[in-house]
Amino acid sequence: MAIDVIDHLTGTHDGDALFTLRAQRPDAKKNAQASFDALFASDDLQQVSQLERLAVAYFTVALSESPTAGYYRDLLAAESPTTLTALEAALPGAATSGPYGDYPAGPLSIENTPGLLWAPDAALTSVVGERLAAALAHTHLLVYRPRDSSPEALQTLLDAGWSSTGIVTLSQLVAFLSFQLRVVAGLTALKGELA
Amino acid sequence: MTETVLRRSAAGADSASTAAPNAFTQAELGWEPWLAPLPVDELTERHYLGLVDKRRASNPYFRLLVRDPDILGARTRTDNDIFYNEKGGLTRALRELSAASASRTNGCIFCASVHSRFAAHHSKRPDDVQRLLDDGTAASQDDPQWRAVIDASVALTETPTAFDASNVRQLREAGLDDLAIADAIHGAAFFNWANRLMLSLGEPTPPAA
Repeated sequence: MAIDVIDHLTGTHDGDALFTLRAQRPDAKKNAQASFDALFASDDLQQVSQLERLAVAYFTVALSESPTAGYYRDLLAAESPTTLTALEAALPGAATSGPYGDYPAGPLSIENTPGLLWAPDAALTSVVGERLAAALAHTHLLVYRPRDSSPEALQTLLDAGWSSTGIVTLSQLVAFLSFQLRVVAGLTALKGELA
Repeated sequence: MTETVLRRSAAGADSASTAAPNAFTQAELGWEPWLAPLPVDELTERHYLGLVDKRRASNPYFRLLVRDPDILGARTRTDNDIFYNEKGGLTRALRELSAASASRTNGCIFCASVHSRFAAHHSKRPDDVQRLLDDGTAASQDDPQWRAVIDASVALTETPTAFDASNVRQLREAGLDDLAIADAIHGAAFFNWANRLMLSLGEPTPPAA
């Protein structure tokens, strides 16, 4: 039987208190795993390749400084060591903390928070190509400053060769991992406090 | 051929009555996509499986997400169990408060509108919810369970996440059991998924006049 990735990432085994707890939300558990499978074991890689999926996944969790980064690092290393090396070289210049960004002009403008506007440099782009580089810039936007999103950001992806369907999958990758890494963080903290 | 994003008409965006909402509200907002939803007549059986509920074919957000049907279907089923499984755990009001707090933190005006409205409905405390919207997640809340759920949601939403054992203890000291704490974690985590889709694939539109 295939592993349950969240059980794996939280070090949870059948019979553990946390295992019993998760079993009380069986559809949430089953479908968090089905979400992982839909993104990383898809039978349709026409719009987003496996390498692109794994590169965006690793970048998302590494930027988020999640302990799950090691798991996705291994998946990417098996697919493309050169991509992994290039991403790791870029991380120190890309990592920051969030969320930040701007609101539509009006009463919330006083809550606008400046922060890093990151895009891949020439070294990273030369390894991953313009198309994946555009996706990595979008990943950074979604991880740290989703409220800065814009139609212009999507047009940049379309211009770099992404389709509308590919952008949906790319967005789901970053968004799902933003969920999964927080479930793992939350359940890990809870696990330490369980009787 | 390179595709082009959808943009709301400049005339619409300039008019006060149709400009995109720029404040948090419990009102019923609309939402318009920046990428073309799949046309209804192109929906296959696999797409309908992804939509889970057939009626969602009339909603442009779901008809855009259904371009990748498998992840949409799994996402929707995850969502439904986290928020609607009422076998023990956190009250519906506090699950919605968790969602609203994450949305307020990330700045998703649309998501916050829906889930603040649901939180107000289930708690019958619209003023306490409105204070969260107007003054932010740090605004005072007298109820220790509200305080703990909001604080947990905000900590979990930060990047890197700031959620730790102190949040678990605060939730527990407010009287929540382990399943309720797990529900609070999942509600906040799920809105870090939902907020990123809603914010990045389109924009809110004003309430119907």
